[in-house]
Amino acid sequence: MEKEAPHRDPANVFDPEKAAPFLFAGGHPGWLGLTYLGHGEDWTEIRLPWREELMGDDVRRVIASGPIFSMLDMGGGIAIWTRARRFVPIATLDMRVDYQRPAGERADVIARCECYRTTRSAAFVRGIAHDGDPDDPVATMAAVYMTIGDFNPAGAKND
Amino acid sequence: MTETGEPEIDLLSHYARSLGIEVSGFEDGVPVLCVSGIDAIEGRPGHFHGGATSGLMETAAYALLRLALHERGEQAQLKPINITVQFLAAAKKEPLFAKARITKLGRRSANVTVEAWQEERDRPRASAVMNVMIARSEPEAT
Repeated sequence: MEKEAPHRDPANVFDPEKAAPFLFAGGHPGWLGLTYLGHGEDWTEIRLPWREELMGDDVRRVIASGPIFSMLDMGGGIAIWTRARRFVPIATLDMRVDYQRPAGERADVIARCECYRTTRSAAFVRGIAHDGDPDDPVATMAAVYMTIGDFNPAGAKND
Repeated sequence: MTETGEPEIDLLSHYARSLGIEVSGFEDGVPVLCVSGIDAIEGRPGHFHGGATSGLMETAAYALLRLALHERGEQAQLKPINITVQFLAAAKKEPLFAKARITKLGRRSANVTVEAWQEERDRPRASAVMNVMIARSEPEAT
């Protein structure tokens, strides 16, 4: 069950690869069908597979903007936990997405999000969505998340 | 408009319908959209995922734009330029409503604001500002 999932235990180091099956098991991420692709110190990459139900209109067989927003929001959260190396409850405060071009027909879309800064109560993320070539993005995002609690509780190391 | 006040055009995308978004009614000709507290919208246990909230607000904006263009007798394709969302309070896993307002409807783009609320309308859960590209089908020159 969600509240017993190991990635939510603050004593455990957050590993996005191990947490992904729990994070993407159900709810909105499960409905989207998100999967884990990779991560580094402060970034994560996840995939949104193409399917007909995610189409934005009848003219072009491409993933709509809404699911791409959802994936970037999710990817940003995972990037924050990856950088913090532990799970902290967070809520998105403000998020902006610029859609540069439609995704390719029937193309999966990939989100790469980087958490470039955390303070005691906020985390800052930038990211892109692409359909194969990160140098030719479908969309770019910038977002601020607030922690519900504290990134640096007494006893935790400062970063 | 039909006798029920429903416009004779499709206001919802594939994506919106499969997420469970519905037109719950019209206020002064403006569609009010709704999605109930189903599992497909859940993020943090018992709450909406921010992406589902945004998806509802974006759908409300497109529905209103499609309707406004239809009422002017114009054919156009709508493409997203950008969206900025403010998440004001956690939305609980129960019906969430959204209604858009067109701030500007220009030749090439529109600017739309949207609010989403639950039981207390004057305490919105989220708001959004969007710019949308309008690609009008030009009548063919003869």
